[in-house]
Amino acid sequence: MKTDSNLEKVLASGEFAVTAELGPPRGADPEDIHKKAKLLGDCADAINITDNQTAIVRMSSIAAGILLKQRGLDPVIQIVTRDRNRIAIQSDVLGAAAHGINNVLCLSGDHQKFGDHPTSKNVFDIDSIQLIQMLKKMRDEKKFMSGADIDVAPRLFIGAAENPFADPFEFRVIRLSKKISAGTDFIQTQAVFDVEKFEEWMKLVRKKELHKKTHILAGVIPIKSAKMAKYMKENVAGLRIPDEIVSRMEKAKDVKEEGIKICTETIERVRKIEGVQGIHIMAVAWESIVPKIVERVGLLPRPPIRKEDSNANESKNPNG
Amino acid sequence: MIVAEQKPIAEIISIAFKHKSILVVGCGTCVTVCFAGGEKEGKTLSSLLRMKAQMEQKLLEIEELTVERQCDHEFIEKIVPLAGKVEAILSLACGAGAQLIAEKFPDKIVYPGLNTTFLGITEKQGIWKERCLGCGTCLLDKTGGICPIARCAKNLLNGPCGGSQEGKCEVNPETDCAWQLIYERLKKLGQSECLEEIIPVKDWSTSRDGGPRKVIRDDLTL
Amino acid sequence: MEPMDTTLEILSDKASHRPAEAEFEPEILAFCCHYCAFAAADLAGVMRLSYPPNIKIIRIPCTGKLDVLYLLKAFEKGADGIIVAGCEEGSCHFQRGNLIAKKRVVYAKKLLQSIGIEDSRLEMFNLSSAMGGRFAQIASEMTEQIKRIGPSILRSNKL
Repeated sequence: MKTDSNLEKVLASGEFAVTAELGPPRGADPEDIHKKAKLLGDCADAINITDNQTAIVRMSSIAAGILLKQRGLDPVIQIVTRDRNRIAIQSDVLGAAAHGINNVLCLSGDHQKFGDHPTSKNVFDIDSIQLIQMLKKMRDEKKFMSGADIDVAPRLFIGAAENPFADPFEFRVIRLSKKISAGTDFIQTQAVFDVEKFEEWMKLVRKKELHKKTHILAGVIPIKSAKMAKYMKENVAGLRIPDEIVSRMEKAKDVKEEGIKICTETIERVRKIEGVQGIHIMAVAWESIVPKIVERVGLLPRPPIRKEDSNANESKNPNG
Repeated sequence: MIVAEQKPIAEIISIAFKHKSILVVGCGTCVTVCFAGGEKEGKTLSSLLRMKAQMEQKLLEIEELTVERQCDHEFIEKIVPLAGKVEAILSLACGAGAQLIAEKFPDKIVYPGLNTTFLGITEKQGIWKERCLGCGTCLLDKTGGICPIARCAKNLLNGPCGGSQEGKCEVNPETDCAWQLIYERLKKLGQSECLEEIIPVKDWSTSRDGGPRKVIRDDLTL
Repeated sequence: MEPMDTTLEILSDKASHRPAEAEFEPEILAFCCHYCAFAAADLAGVMRLSYPPNIKIIRIPCTGKLDVLYLLKAFEKGADGIIVAGCEEGSCHFQRGNLIAKKRVVYAKKLLQSIGIEDSRLEMFNLSSAMGGRFAQIASEMTEQIKRIGPSILRSNKL
C-alpha cells in the first residue's frame, strides 16, 4: 500500500468501490461541506472535491478536503492545471499531504471561458499527464519536478480522469495508457449514459490489458429532470447522452424516480463489465440522492473507513 | 506574418482629437498583407479622421506616410521630417513597430492604431488564423507539424482534453481541435507511435516567461 | 494625384459655389459600371426619360474597381450621396466584380456610421444595360432620399 487512503484500501481488497463528488460552496461557510459530507459519508469510500469546476470560483478543494478529513472521511482532491503552475501545485500537494490527504485527481480543467471569470489568464504550465508524472516523482523518487530532493515526501494515491466519449475515440485509449505509464493509480471516467459506447471503450482497454494496471471507476450522473438531460446533451462538451434517455425523462410521470432508475440501471450494467472496479457518482447539486442510489444497487453498507495511522508520515521519513 | 486589427474608429478618434496635428504612419510589411495598417488603411483612416474633425469643426492637421517596415531603424528614418510637424504619431504597425517609433521620437506621443493579435497565416482572402506562439522551442517535429501550444486552448502536449467533440474545440465550435488534427495527420503519415510517447514538461524559459527575449548573431553584428 | 481626385475636385468646386438660400439640391455621384448602369444611363437619355440633374455619373470599368477610399474621398469633398450601380447579380462581365463591390459598400456604410454620417447616403443598385427606365427611377428615388436626409454636414461645416 502506498498510502493510508481508504479508497486505495478498498480497491486493493477487490471490493467494488464507490466514490461520490462534492462541489464546494461559493462562500466561506464550512457548514455547507459538513451538510454534504453527512449525506455522502456513509455511502462512499472516498469523496471527490472539485477544483473550481467549470472555472467557477468555489472554496479551495484542499481546504474543503481538510474539513472532510476532520470528520474522518477520505477526500479525493481534484487539482486542475488551469490555475496553478508547477511551483504552486507541488506546494499545495505538500500542504494537502501534511493534512493527511492522500488522494489526488489530476485534471487539466475546464477552460475559463465557461466560468465566471472568462477574461482571466490561464496557466497550463503542465498538462494532466505531466501532473501525474510530477506527483509520482514526488512520491516515489522523493524529488520535486526540478530534481531537488524532498525531505519528507507526500504519500499519494494518484488518480486521473478519462473521457471515453470524447473524440478521437481511438486516441482515448492511447491517452489512458499514457496516463497509466505516467503513474496513475486509479481512473474516474466521464459520466456514462451510453453504456454500449462505454463497453466498446472497455473492450479496447482490456485488449491492451490496461484494466490490470490501474483501477477504473465508471462515472455516473443521476439526472433530476428532462430539462437537465436536454441541457447536458446540448451544452456540456464531452458528455454523450443518447436520445433514448432524454425521451425517457420526458415521458416519465415521476421524473426524479426515472432519473434514479436510469442511474441505477447504468450502475448495474457497468458493474458487470470486466475491468470496472467501482463507480463514481457525480450528483451535481443533488447530493441527497446518493445514499438512495447506492442502497438500491446493493452496495451498502460500505466497508468501514479505517482509523488514521498517525505515525504513517514519520515512518516514511527517510531521516526518521 | 504578424496579424493585427485596427482599433475601433471611436477609440482612434478620441486619441487623435487630443491633438491639433497627428501623423498617421502605415507599415508596409505584415499589417499591409493583412489589411490592417498599410498605405490604403492609413488613407482610409485619415479620411475618416478628417471628416470627423470637419463635422465637429475641430482643427486637426493630418499627415500621412507609409514606410516599408516600422520595426527597422533604417526605414523609420523617413518619418523624421514629417514627425517634426506634428504633436503626436499614430502608428498603424504591430506593437513592435509602434514601440520602435516611440524609441526613435522620445519627445513625441506615440499611439497604437492597431491591436496586434497573433502570428498567423492567411487561410483565404479575408481570413487569418493563429499558428505560432513564439515559444522559443519548436516541437512541431513531435506533433505532425501542428502546434498544440498555439492551437489548443489549454496548450495540452499529450493529447486532447475531454471537451474535444467531432473534431472541434469545446472553447469554440468553429475551431478545429488541434489534437484531432495531430492524431489524423500522424496516423496518415504512419507515425502513430508518436502519440504514445509522453511529451515531457515544457521549458517555458525560452518563451515569454523567461522575460523579454533577444537574439544576437555575432557574424552579422557590425 | 489619383485619377478619381480630378472628378472630385470639380465636384467640390461646384458644391461650394452653390447659393445657400436656394432649395437644397443634393450633389449625388453615381459610380456606374461600363457594362450595365453606364449604358442604362445612356439609354435613358436616348429614350428621352428625364431624371434629376443632381446625379453626376462616373464611369468605372466594373463596380469591382470601386475602392472604399473613392467613396470616402467623395464624401470628404462634400458629396451628399453616392450611388453605386453595377450589373445584376450573376451577370458581371468580370464574373464577380459586383459581388465584391456589394461587400465594399457594406463596409463603407459601416465606416460612415462609425463617424456619424448617415449610411443611407450610400446605396448600391443592380441593373442591366437595357434598363434605361430603371436608371431614371433610381436617380429620382436616390435624389428624393438624399433630399429627405438633407445636406451633408461636411459641406456646411467646411472650415
